[in-house]
Amino acid sequence: MDIPYTVSARKDTGLYNGKLGLWLFLASEVMLFGGLFSALVLIRVGNAVWPPAGTPELNVALATFNTAVLITSSVTAILSWASLAKKDLGGFKKYMGITIVCGFIFLMAKSFEYYGKLSHGVVPSTNVFMGVYYTMTFLHVLHVIGGLAVMIYLWGPGSKMWHTNPGRFSNRIECTGLYWHFVDLVWIFLFPVLYLL
Amino acid sequence: MSEHSVEEVNKHIKKYIGVFIALLVLTAITVAAGLLHTTLQMSVAVGIIIGLSIAIVKGTLVAGYFMHLFDEKPLIFWILAFMAFFFFVLLLLPIITQSDSLSTM
Repeated sequence: MDIPYTVSARKDTGLYNGKLGLWLFLASEVMLFGGLFSALVLIRVGNAVWPPAGTPELNVALATFNTAVLITSSVTAILSWASLAKKDLGGFKKYMGITIVCGFIFLMAKSFEYYGKLSHGVVPSTNVFMGVYYTMTFLHVLHVIGGLAVMIYLWGPGSKMWHTNPGRFSNRIECTGLYWHFVDLVWIFLFPVLYLL
Repeated sequence: MSEHSVEEVNKHIKKYIGVFIALLVLTAITVAAGLLHTTLQMSVAVGIIIGLSIAIVKGTLVAGYFMHLFDEKPLIFWILAFMAFFFFVLLLLPIITQSDSLSTM
């Protein structure tokens, strides 16, 4: 038996089930990150000096580079979906490939940043700011890794579905793109809050 | 978008490229504002307002155009309205906690 509404929209919701499920998931993700942002507000209000004295400077240049990389990956993710709308599997492969590469560049830059901190003994227990920094950025890194795993599958073996069920494959790419844009969105707020303010 | 013509898709692509450039420019403005904030020793509140305002504009561009929220079905907005309400409560929790008179008893 086929799973219903994987391609066409349900009449009552106006959406295919995957998209509705994805938006509900993203709403729960906002609450997850929202809890951490709320904790950050509480901690920051409770500290007269922020970041606390002795906190090493964060690498703003590297974080700016990473912001540009994530924004680029977001636009290539949507271009991969637009390629499918034009029935161009080659274009999808190209843009999804660039998105995956951008994701890995982001992770490499982040690893470099973590290594710079950890090798100098700057760990989450160093002070409350570093605790917040590691918690929020590492949770974001986990989301990047999760997104990359899905995108690599859809770029590789998962793309076979395009030949048998193009509508469903296109919807899968749309949902993956929505998730990836959310990951970009979280970074857009993390960047100024942790690195610049 | 799968039902749209190639011409329509190409129009959307132009829009995406425009948003991409806008996001890069806003990122540069965010960094410049952060540096100015430190150099000119502005108050923390001013820095937060500037930084978060730019982030909200960038977030709106990503959600509105890349996530197609501007053309989305009403059900999505209902989900987001519920989420926004609880998110607001979540952000208010620190204030509620601090003003809790029981903690001072």
